Amino acid sequence: MSAITADQNPPAQAMTRLKARLDSPWINAKLISGLLLLLVVATTELFGPLIVDPKLALIGSSPTNVVPFWVTNFDKKQGFKAPNLEHPLGTESKGRDMLAVVLVGTPRTLRVGLIGATIGLIVGTALGFIAGFAGGWVDTVISTLADVMLTIPGLAVLIVIASYATELEIVNMGLIMALFAWPLPTRVIRAQVLSLREHGFIQLARLSGASTFDIMFKEMMPNLLPFLAASFTETVALVILATIGVETLGLGPTRIPTLGMTINNALQQAAIFRGMWWWWGPPIVMLVLIFVGLFLMTIGLDEVANPRLRKVRTQ
Amino acid sequence: MRGLTGKYLLKRFGMFVLTIWLGMTIIFIIPRLAVGDPTSALLGRLMSKGGNVENSAELIARWKDRFGLDQPLHIQYVRYLYNTITFNQGYSLSAFPATVDDLIQRTLPWTIGLLVVATLISFVLGNAIGALMAWRGTPRPVKSLLPFSLVFTSIPAFMLGILLIWVFSLTLNLLPYAGGFDRKVSPGWNPEFILNVARHAILPALAVVLVRMGSWALGMRGMMITADGEDYMVMAQAKGLSSGRRFWKYGVRNAILPQVTALGVAIGSIAGGFIIVEQIFSYPGIGSQLFRAIQDNDYTLLQGIVFYIIVGVAIAVLILDLTYPLIDPRISLKKN
Amino acid sequence: MSEELNQGLGTANRAGNREQTAAERPPVSPNGLDKEVVLAIRNLSVVYPTREASIVAVNDVSFNIFKGELLGLIGESGCGKTTTAMAILRLLQPPGMIAGGEIILAGKTDLVKLEGAQLQAVRWRDVALIPQGAMNSLNPVMRVHEQIGDAIDAHVTPRMSRDEIKQRILTLFGLVGLPARTFDLYPHELSGGMKQRVCIAMAIALNPALVVADEPTSALDVIVQRIVAQNLLDIKNRLGVSILLIGHDMGLMAQLADRMAVMYAGNMVEIAPARTILTEPLHPYTQLLIEAVPTIKTRKPLKLTEGLTHDLRYPPPGCIFQSRCPLVMEVCRRVRPPLKETKPQHQVACHLYDALQ
Repeated sequence: MSAITADQNPPAQAMTRLKARLDSPWINAKLISGLLLLLVVATTELFGPLIVDPKLALIGSSPTNVVPFWVTNFDKKQGFKAPNLEHPLGTESKGRDMLAVVLVGTPRTLRVGLIGATIGLIVGTALGFIAGFAGGWVDTVISTLADVMLTIPGLAVLIVIASYATELEIVNMGLIMALFAWPLPTRVIRAQVLSLREHGFIQLARLSGASTFDIMFKEMMPNLLPFLAASFTETVALVILATIGVETLGLGPTRIPTLGMTINNALQQAAIFRGMWWWWGPPIVMLVLIFVGLFLMTIGLDEVANPRLRKVRTQ
Repeated sequence: MRGLTGKYLLKRFGMFVLTIWLGMTIIFIIPRLAVGDPTSALLGRLMSKGGNVENSAELIARWKDRFGLDQPLHIQYVRYLYNTITFNQGYSLSAFPATVDDLIQRTLPWTIGLLVVATLISFVLGNAIGALMAWRGTPRPVKSLLPFSLVFTSIPAFMLGILLIWVFSLTLNLLPYAGGFDRKVSPGWNPEFILNVARHAILPALAVVLVRMGSWALGMRGMMITADGEDYMVMAQAKGLSSGRRFWKYGVRNAILPQVTALGVAIGSIAGGFIIVEQIFSYPGIGSQLFRAIQDNDYTLLQGIVFYIIVGVAIAVLILDLTYPLIDPRISLKKN
Repeated sequence: MSEELNQGLGTANRAGNREQTAAERPPVSPNGLDKEVVLAIRNLSVVYPTREASIVAVNDVSFNIFKGELLGLIGESGCGKTTTAMAILRLLQPPGMIAGGEIILAGKTDLVKLEGAQLQAVRWRDVALIPQGAMNSLNPVMRVHEQIGDAIDAHVTPRMSRDEIKQRILTLFGLVGLPARTFDLYPHELSGGMKQRVCIAMAIALNPALVVADEPTSALDVIVQRIVAQNLLDIKNRLGVSILLIGHDMGLMAQLADRMAVMYAGNMVEIAPARTILTEPLHPYTQLLIEAVPTIKTRKPLKLTEGLTHDLRYPPPGCIFQSRCPLVMEVCRRVRPPLKETKPQHQVACHLYDALQ
C-alpha cells in the first residue's frame, strides 16, 4: 500500500493564530498602499502652512514666471525668470507661488471630495436600505430615480448649476456634488440588502424576533462594510473627478486655488504651449497620487468584498 | 425578436422619457432658483461681468414672448418643455441671431463621431484584456504583460490628454494637438481631409481609450472569474470542447452581459468626461462649444448643450437597452 | 432504438479508438464473471495541498467498472466520492490534483497521463458526465441543441451536417423522453427534470463507454427523481453503456445499481454486488449505512453519528473508521486494513475478516 500519510505534527498554536490574523481579508496590499498614499497626500493639510505661507497662493503675491529651482536652461524671451529658492517650484504668470498653490489646493480639493462623498454615501445608503427593505412601490420609485440620475451626465448639470452660482466655496461645491453622488451607493446597497435578506442568518434573526433596526445594524452592517467602503472610495474619486471637471472649465472657486482651478488657469494662459510645465505639472501630479490612491483602495476593497477575486492571484 | 416583450419595451421607453424630462426640469429650475426674473437676472449678470450684449432690447422682447415670462410659472414650464423638445431653444446670447439648435447641430457630429468610436474601441479592448487576464489558458508571457495596459485607469481622461499633447505633439512633434482638421485642407469627402481628421482624432481618442479601457478590463476580469466558477464551464471542459470555444461561447459570452449593462450606466460619465477632453484638444465638438459658452456667459447656448448631452446619452442608453434582450435570452423572464 | 442511435454514430466510431460499436457488443449479464473492464482505477490518490498539510481526499482507491454495468459509488458527504468521479473525468479544480495512480480506459489508455489535445479527444467520446447541478450546468445563453451539437461537433470527424446533427439530437430526446420542441429552447425555459434529461441526452450523444452520473437526482422532487432514474436504467439497458452513479441515497441506489462501492473518508471500504451489499454487508460502516435506511413501516433509532470524527488533514494511523466503529479492535488502532477479496466478487477493508482469507 502506498497510502499517503499527512504531516502528523500540528504547528504551534500561536503561529496559527498569527497567520489567521494576517489572513484577514482586510490585510490587503492594495488597500493598505492606497490608504498610505492618500494619508501622505492628506498631510499637506497639516504641514502645508508650516512649509510655506498660504498667502503666496494668491494672485500677485510673488514675482511672475519664475522657473523651479533646479532649472538652469530656460527661455528668457518667454519672460521666464531665474530660479529663486524662495519659490522652489517656481511661480505662474499671475504671480502665484506653485508650492503654495499645491499645498493650499490639495487639501481643498480633498475636502470637496470627502464632503460630497460622505453626504452622498449617507443619503445613498439610507435610500438603498429603505428600497431594499420596503420593496413595492417605494423600491420602484427609489431605484428608478437612481437609474435615471445615473443616466443623466452629472457633470453637465453641475456645469449649469455652477454657472449660475455666484461664488462657490468648498462646502457649497461639496454639497452640490452630493446631488450626484448618491445613486451609486443606493444601487450597491439595495442589491446587497436584497441578497442578504434571503440569507439564512438574517431570516433566523427575523424569526427570533430581532427588530428591523437590529437586523440592519447588527446583522447586515458588518457584511455590508466592504461594499460601503468600496463605494465610498469610488464616490470620493467620482466627486473629485466632477469637481476638477467643473473647475477646469473655469467654474467654481476663483480666489483661493484648488487643483482644478490651477489647471484651468494654466490652460487659459496656454501654459502647455509656452512650455510652463511647472504650472500644470504639480496639480496633475497631486491629482494622479489622489486618484491612484483611491483606485488602489477601491480594488483592494473589491477583493475584500469578493473572495473569488483574491483566489486567482495565487494560481 | 426574442425577449423583446411589450412590457420590457414600455419600461425602457418610459425610462428614456423620464430621463429627458427630469433633465429638462432640472435645467428649468436652476436659473429660477436665482433671485429675480430669469431674463433680467441673466442680463444683469452679463452686464456686471462687463460683457456687452448687442441687441439686448430685441433679445429681451423675443425671449419674453417665446417663454411667456409674463405668464405664471406653470405656463412657462409647459412652454419651455414644448419649445425644447421641438428643438426650438431660442437664440444664442453671444452669437445672436444664430439659434442655439443651429449652433449645436454644427458641432454635434464631431463629438458623436469621436465619442462613439473611442467608447467602442475602449470597450472591446478592455473586455478582451480583462477576459484574457482571468482565463487560465492565457499564455504566461501575455498574462504578465496585460496588467501594464491598466496604468492609466485611475486618472481622468483630460489629464492624460495634457500628458499626451506634451509628449506626442510638443516633444516628439508627431501628431497635431488642436482642432479637428488643418485649415489648409478643404472639408469634404476626399481622402486627404478624412486622413487629416483621423490624425487629429488620434490623441483625444487615445486619451479616452487608455483611461476607460482599464475599468472595462477590471470588470471583465471579475465577471470571467465568476463565470469560470460556474458549473457550465466544468461541463464545457468535460465535453472536450476546444479552449477557444470554451473561452468565447461559454466564458466571454456570459461574462460580457453584465459588462453591457455597466456600459449603459457608464455612458453618462463617459460623455461628461469627454466635454473636458475636447476642451483640452480644442476639438470642434460640443465640449469646446460648452467651454466657450461658459466664457461668453452664453446661458441659452449652455443650457441647450446640456440638453443635447442629456438627450444623446439617453438615446445611447435606450439603444443599449433595446439590444440587450438580443444577447441575453433570459431578460424577458427576469423582469417578471 | 439502440440501432437507430448507432446508425447516426457510424461516423463517430470511425474516428474513435474503440473497436466495437454497441450493436456488436455481446449482451451483458450484470452478474456474469466474463466481463470486460471498461475502466480500471488503480491506486488513485487525490490531494488538496493547503498551507499546513495536504488534505488527502481520495486515498489509494482501486476498483473496476465493467461493461454495461451500473456501479453505485456511495458514501456520506465529503467522503471523496465526487472527487473520485472528477478525477476520473480529469476535471479536478485546482488546487486539487491527482497525486498518484492510474485510470486505465479500455485496457489501454491511462487517463492520468493524457494532456491537451489527447485528453480533449477522449473526453465525452469515451467518458461523459451527467452533472450534479443540472440547474447551472447548461450554458444559459445557448439553445439546448447548440449545447448538444457542439459536443458532437467537437468529436465527430468528418463533421456531420446540420440535418444529421438535428436528427441525432431528436433521437436522443426520444431516448430520454423529451419532447421535440425542447430542441430550440433555452435552459431557463426548461423545468428541473427536463434540464436533467437534457444532460442525460447530452451524455449519451457520442455513445461513450462510460457515463459518470454525479448525484443526478439530488436536486429534484421525488416524482421527477423516479423519471430520471428510469432514464438512467433505460440508457444502460438499451445502449449497453456503463454508468458510474455517485450518490448517498441508499434506497435509490438499491434499485438502480448492479454493484455498489462504499467509500469512507477518502478510502474504499467495501465493493460487492448490490444485492449482497444490502443483504449481507461486511464492513461495519456499510452495516450501519444499511441499518440507517428508514422504512415506512418501522421507525428505528439512528445508530450512526453524523460527520467525520477525525481531522482530514491528520488521519489516524490504522483503520480510518476506528473512531466511529462499534466493533473496533486493538489491531484497528495500528494497522490500516487493505481492501481484500473475502468472498467471490466481494471486497472489504476490515480486520474482522482477516481470518477469512
